[in-house]
Amino acid sequence: MTTASATTRPDTPVPGSPPTGPARLGWALADGWTVTRRDLTHWLRQPWQVVFGLLFPILMVLVFGYLFGGAITVPGGGDYREYLMPGMFAMTMVFGLSETVMAVVHDTSRGVTDRFRSMPMAPSAVVVGRCAADMLKSTVTLALLVGCGLLVGWQWHGGPGPTLAAFGLLLLLRFALVWVGVYLGLVMKGEGTIAVLQTLEFPLGFLSNAFVATATMPVWLGVVADWNPLSATVGATRDLFGHSGLAADGWIAQNAVTMAVVWPLLVVAVFAPLSVRRFRALSG
Amino acid sequence: MPTTQHAVSARGLGKRYGKTWALRGFDVDVAHGSVRGLLGPNGAGKSTAVRILTTLLRPDEGRAEIAGFDVAAQGEQVRYRIGLVGQNAAVDEILSGRQNLEMFGRLYHLGARSARRRADELLERFGLADTGTTPVSGYSGGMRRRLDLAASMILTPPVLFLDEPTVGLDPRARGEVWAAVRGLVDDGTAVLLTTQYLEEADQLADRVSVIDSGRVVAEGGPAELKERVGGDRLELVLHDESAVPEAVALVGRLTGSEVTVQAGTRRLSAEVDDRVAALTRVVTALEERGTSVEDVSLRRPTLDEVFLHLTGDRDDASEEAVSR
Repeated sequence: MTTASATTRPDTPVPGSPPTGPARLGWALADGWTVTRRDLTHWLRQPWQVVFGLLFPILMVLVFGYLFGGAITVPGGGDYREYLMPGMFAMTMVFGLSETVMAVVHDTSRGVTDRFRSMPMAPSAVVVGRCAADMLKSTVTLALLVGCGLLVGWQWHGGPGPTLAAFGLLLLLRFALVWVGVYLGLVMKGEGTIAVLQTLEFPLGFLSNAFVATATMPVWLGVVADWNPLSATVGATRDLFGHSGLAADGWIAQNAVTMAVVWPLLVVAVFAPLSVRRFRALSG
Repeated sequence: MPTTQHAVSARGLGKRYGKTWALRGFDVDVAHGSVRGLLGPNGAGKSTAVRILTTLLRPDEGRAEIAGFDVAAQGEQVRYRIGLVGQNAAVDEILSGRQNLEMFGRLYHLGARSARRRADELLERFGLADTGTTPVSGYSGGMRRRLDLAASMILTPPVLFLDEPTVGLDPRARGEVWAAVRGLVDDGTAVLLTTQYLEEADQLADRVSVIDSGRVVAEGGPAELKERVGGDRLELVLHDESAVPEAVALVGRLTGSEVTVQAGTRRLSAEVDDRVAALTRVVTALEERGTSVEDVSLRRPTLDEVFLHLTGDRDDASEEAVSR
């Protein structure tokens, strides 16, 4: 395409045609970063919203740790707040799901997604930018929640390796949920459906070992809760943080670390291609 | 490779959803520096055409070129040469006007400094310089739409698509957007505009394609299309509603053409070839019968009438044919 200049006019600040070869990767990353930076600017312009978002999980820690906690017996007889924190970390990753969905639905319903798609930017940039912004936000949220956990008496007992691995697993869960969120956001038509999703987050989160041991549930419900991907992440992080004395019943609970890797990867393997396909054929 | 001198050229475009064709056999040419209006009711296929031409949707049939680049095979080249203003003001509401333009500038791969300079130029040009740092959520509808236009003009693309650009705007904001569009066209931008507002097509378009149920049903300049509906129209407003049926029969007989009555009013309208003679004839005959007439006028047909004439009145009850 050497004739590009034939159709442009002199007052136009024209960049060249789309790059090819290795330059294309840099181009895609730059576009992704521009989209990510848009979200970062949102936080700077609406700091109260970020603060409010952070207050919620902290409030949950206080409610469960101090209001309900006294009535809950921890298997092995440990401190409930120590038991609770890994569950809260993972729940916070789950709460991020509706934030992703909301951002995607909002952009699509307002035509911003179409504008991006009609521009000569890297096709991956919108999804990559969304993913990077959500991961950054979740990392900050997780760090603050860790600080909150330390204040209420939770701490890790393992070495730096297992501890970092635990945080890595939590973020891996969030990463998987970003892709679920992008897909749901592209599929959902109205913003009203988000309320449904937010309502579902709670029972799906509670139907796990995040707040109570699954052994205390009716047998069939305990099995369902054990197989909840959230339980794998929570169980694995409890192991890695070195919270001792937790009974691990059944195959799935004994292989929590493996499953905490397998589940999210499986989810990504399903939802990432679905999302990309859906994004390309958005109006098809 | 550019193969035509047209900014937009489409032949036989078709898009099917299941068994229904949203668009079929769609042809259009837009010359550089001209405005083509796509006029049609909701669901006629206007937006489908725009989505195909802006690479958002793949056609099932036909092909189209933008500034000589194929929309299906050379999407990226096409995207460097178009601007799209959709039905929503597709800008970020939390960011300021300037931040929006800088972000879009970066996504058009301008450097940080050029993006900033371009944002300032465009804010100035579209009358938004004073509010450049205000979040867009505080903008009026007209301001948003102008920012939307500005964002589409970052590279001064040769072709601009406007998909119902003034829907939901008050008349004043509509005028602002029209003025901005005219300015761009004067600078040589080709515009393809979809609209349900006949006035908008009349105001802005050099040529109009009337589209209904996915097909182009008429094509031509606004004046030419008005011609197609026939000559001038005689319009009468009667004093008394009970006299309407009788007057309709009388006017129909005297003019030899179809008489329409605007639903719920006492306003009759009929096509006339012999202008003043017909007017005199009708008014005299009505007076002889003692039917009192409040108002009478002769006028050129409006594009609304062209539109109803061409698409039929199946979904529009504002005017109904009463007699022949």
